[in-house]
Amino acid sequence: MLVSILHRVTGGALTVAGLALLTWWLIAIAAGPEAYARFAVVATSPLGLIVLIGLTWAFFQHFFSGLRHLVMDVGAGFELATNKRMAIGTIVAALIFTVLTWAYLLGAFA
Amino acid sequence: MSIGKSSTPLGQVRGLGSARSGGGHWLEERLISVAVTLLSVWFIASLLWLPSLDQRTLIEWLRSPIGAVPMALFVVLSFAHGLDGLKVVVDDYVHDEGNHAAANIVLTFAAVGGAAFALFALAKIAFGAAA
Repeated sequence: MLVSILHRVTGGALTVAGLALLTWWLIAIAAGPEAYARFAVVATSPLGLIVLIGLTWAFFQHFFSGLRHLVMDVGAGFELATNKRMAIGTIVAALIFTVLTWAYLLGAFA
Repeated sequence: MSIGKSSTPLGQVRGLGSARSGGGHWLEERLISVAVTLLSVWFIASLLWLPSLDQRTLIEWLRSPIGAVPMALFVVLSFAHGLDGLKVVVDDYVHDEGNHAAANIVLTFAAVGGAAFALFALAKIAFGAAA
């Protein structure tokens, strides 16, 4: 139930905010160094980082709950215990991947 | 393509029930989902693997076929997948027929328009924006 709602909410956020950001990013790269610098200033501001980290989490949550849906689409994983384990697994995996991605980006492995 | 017959004879006479093309649409949604799964892994991995995310590096990356081609596919299929998803939300929550059609038109225009802008920018980079 929770994971199903999360799948929708994160999917909506990725479509609206994520694709808008992807489009802006490509337009900024194409438009030249000044435009890209403006994008970079906004993206690395505190609010920009919160949005990017939020979208990273939304991506991984949607990614893993999406894989769960594909598994269920072929008719597998409907036993209660398995289903619950997979649902919780998506939440745990999404959090771990979000933390690892940003630890890497912010230089923890440098 | 359709999978089976899922409406009663009376429902068919009244024009209710299966549109008889749902199976194909369902499979197409899954096909795009799988494609976006692979392309998004490529996208995230690329951002992490690139030596830097400054403009010069990104242009160099998006000028090469191994950057530009998957990125074009990622743009097109992400917008298609996002549109598929938002349409499901509209199907579930917008029950008035007029509003349902209007919402689908607005979403389709936004998705196709957004994808066109993103592809134009990508083409400009791939075919020679100044580094």
